[in-house]
Amino acid sequence: MASIGKIARRTFLIGSAAIVGGVAFGAYYVSRPAPNPLKPGEGEAALNPFVLIDQQGVTLFAPRAEMGQGVKTTWAALIAEELDVELDSVRVLHGPAAAAYYNSAFIGDALPNRGYNVSDFQHSLGETLGVLAKTLNLQGTGGSTSMKDGYTRMRHAGASARETLKQAAANRLGIDRDQLKTANGMVLAPDGTALSYSELALEAGKLDPIKAELRPSSEWRLLGKPQPRVDMVEKATGTAEFGIDVRLPGMKFASVRMNPRLGAAMNGFDAAAAQAMPGVEQIVDMGDGVAVVASNTWLAMQAVETITVDWQDAPYPPETDQVFARIAEAFDDEPNSTMRDDGDVDQLPEGASEISAEYQLPYLAHATMEPMNATALYEGDKLTVWCGNQMPTIILARCAEEAGLESEQVDLHTTYLGGGFGRRVELDFSVLATRLAKQMPGVPVQLTWSREEDMRHDFYRPGAIARMRGAVKDGAAVLMDGQVAAASSSAQFMDRIAGLPAGGPDKVHVEGFFNPPYAIPNFRMSGHLSDIKIPVGFWRSVGNSFNGFFVESFLDEMAHKAGSDPMEFRLALAHKEWAPAAGVLDAVKEMSGWTGKTPDGVGRGVAMCYSFGTPVAEVIEVVDEDGSIRINKAWIACDMGVALDPETVKAQMFGGMAFGLSAACFGEITFAGGEVEQGNFPDYDALRMHTMPQTEVRVLETQKHLGGAGEPGTPPAAPALANAIFDLTGHRARRLPLMHDFDLLV
Amino acid sequence: MSTTLRINGKTHQVDLPDDVPLLWVLRDNVGLTGTKYGCGVAACGACTVHIKGEAVRSCQTALSDVDGEITTIEGVGQPESMSVIQQAWVDHQVAQCGYCQSGQIMQAASLLAENPSPTDADIDEAMQGNLCRCGTYPRIRAAIHTAAQKMQEA
Repeated sequence: MASIGKIARRTFLIGSAAIVGGVAFGAYYVSRPAPNPLKPGEGEAALNPFVLIDQQGVTLFAPRAEMGQGVKTTWAALIAEELDVELDSVRVLHGPAAAAYYNSAFIGDALPNRGYNVSDFQHSLGETLGVLAKTLNLQGTGGSTSMKDGYTRMRHAGASARETLKQAAANRLGIDRDQLKTANGMVLAPDGTALSYSELALEAGKLDPIKAELRPSSEWRLLGKPQPRVDMVEKATGTAEFGIDVRLPGMKFASVRMNPRLGAAMNGFDAAAAQAMPGVEQIVDMGDGVAVVASNTWLAMQAVETITVDWQDAPYPPETDQVFARIAEAFDDEPNSTMRDDGDVDQLPEGASEISAEYQLPYLAHATMEPMNATALYEGDKLTVWCGNQMPTIILARCAEEAGLESEQVDLHTTYLGGGFGRRVELDFSVLATRLAKQMPGVPVQLTWSREEDMRHDFYRPGAIARMRGAVKDGAAVLMDGQVAAASSSAQFMDRIAGLPAGGPDKVHVEGFFNPPYAIPNFRMSGHLSDIKIPVGFWRSVGNSFNGFFVESFLDEMAHKAGSDPMEFRLALAHKEWAPAAGVLDAVKEMSGWTGKTPDGVGRGVAMCYSFGTPVAEVIEVVDEDGSIRINKAWIACDMGVALDPETVKAQMFGGMAFGLSAACFGEITFAGGEVEQGNFPDYDALRMHTMPQTEVRVLETQKHLGGAGEPGTPPAAPALANAIFDLTGHRARRLPLMHDFDLLV
Repeated sequence: MSTTLRINGKTHQVDLPDDVPLLWVLRDNVGLTGTKYGCGVAACGACTVHIKGEAVRSCQTALSDVDGEITTIEGVGQPESMSVIQQAWVDHQVAQCGYCQSGQIMQAASLLAENPSPTDADIDEAMQGNLCRCGTYPRIRAAIHTAAQKMQEA
């Protein structure tokens, strides 16, 4: 196979108008191709942007961020399924940042429908609009979109490459293409002749690409079955390269301090002490912060801490209480959206009992295990950046701007991500590394944030408040009227990446709020946006992460008000709205042996959320152990439509749940003097081996459309746990984290 | 000043101040990047290595305090020659993002060296200092049980 270095050197010709060698085809019939970023060298053929073949074998390109969700493997499996190659006999690379690798599912998901109830027409409209992502040059990983995006396109890429290789063989052998078969990287003729893809690649590269029908799922060899992950051996041996592991000849190590009062500027600094410290080579003014370059990362971190800096004040209220008071002011404004407005919520149905509650959730950090970092080398007319990231094309463009270069002069190498969770869609770490590298031409420099710098300079999950009002009658919900207030992650992000003002209803802000798949006859849900300037971004499951808690906690309160079992109360509402939502509830009911009764010292709670196209129900069981609460067991059911790799889906479900439970128990970012108070894991803990519940996951495939996997496990976790704790203790958690109000096992 | 270290059976000379933590000596000066930085305060376990066979947090071990042979994840096994425990990690498809797994494996290896057939409670006790933000704990537990079994059969 071509060496990674060789491919990497050749492939970074982004923005080049010409297709030099190779041909683009496959899915590109539907939407004409962006230039193929793969530049085959001598003896190689790039049959499309996803398949490169040379004399040694086949390389598949999975241009999505591998941050633990298994996308590298399943994306490659989509191509390999139709191409008739085995995953253990091909190389899989991320490849360059390129327009050809746009994410077609980003924009389709933004349509203002409820998701689960879309018609086929609307679904196609979403896919068509997805092509816009190409125009906008949006190569990215997020929103649990990768499989929705790749499911059809990548199988077409594999099928088309296969048929073209067969045509090359047919031409050589002088027989019809339909007499040929393929298996394990070979074209097979009826007379027993076997030609490897490698020996056919150059001829195939000269042919017009051939379109082929996709195989029915009943014929799948790889998809739908667990595949060994292609990154697993590397990750078990410490040989997987994360951004922080990039090593280059002559490389320097740096650390940075930016204003802890987020978004504010720097008046000046005094680095005299740092300058004299061991290993320190350079102090760099970063504009709104300061960096130290040294011979070792730790020496740089030590030195940067000694710098005295005069910071300006934060552009938001400095204390947590003031922050939430400010967010609550948004309730006084007209709502930004009312995307659900059924029946009449102003009229209490006759004979119904009313209930209301207010909930408040904290800001949250992503706290990826690998702190933010990037490596950059500036060479006057060229910039090379290495980092784990979720948004390559945008990062490349912004780094080019920072360096004063054209995009064509910049190469971006995307490594493995030591966790993403939405943090690595942001541009800051790459831009800062570029700013630093520009000060030291010809010297590669790796900029690593300390854990404290990472936790104190995040784009946080916004703090959010909900005011809920509901009514129950004859054991059922007859009215829900909710308002949610928070800063808009989408608006801030669009401003950061494109300088675009946000307009219109913000769907992400109310996802999981306006569209829970429950039939409540009088149902109105409104979103209020706060303009508070604390930086916020996309945190695994985004709006659903707070809205799922609000809706599912309040439904639980309604069930108790109605004197109904919380499981049966939800099932009745879900059955009338969408069968797959009821299906996942039925599944966890059966798996957990739910009876509605628990022995003394045991509590159970349930929640069901629909997010990113997937309904997920979770039952959590807590136990009282000598006065402290332990999360004992969890049952999860999800309906994927099609589960392309069921074991990977299971891992995402229990991992997503653990992420949600961690935040529910321990997660909060608070402010004092305009600065984030938490700095490291002792202040921002998560579930650990002894606090993780024993978990069982069931993967269903009944719904019509393919659902996402990376995020939907998170939203039901917090409310299911809070509901279980209510069942155990009789105390309702209307604020998180739970550690403040309950004695949790730590 | 120059310090001599024995790492994975090889001798290395490093020229760094005494107080530089072993973690950063390994990563930035010796070039062994399998050992990870997560917190710098012994709160996550990502930096776990063995010194004389015992699991230690290399972020809290000053260069001058290293008093014996160091084993890192690279010394436990390579992709073409994985140890029993690494193979168990692969068999159970443990890793998600994978960043913490070097430390998890080093901690588990130390547990199994002391206790060839750990119970779930033993695993809870030994592994609770190792954080995983992806939540891979159920598969780590299963892999430790499998490795224990395979090591006993061997």
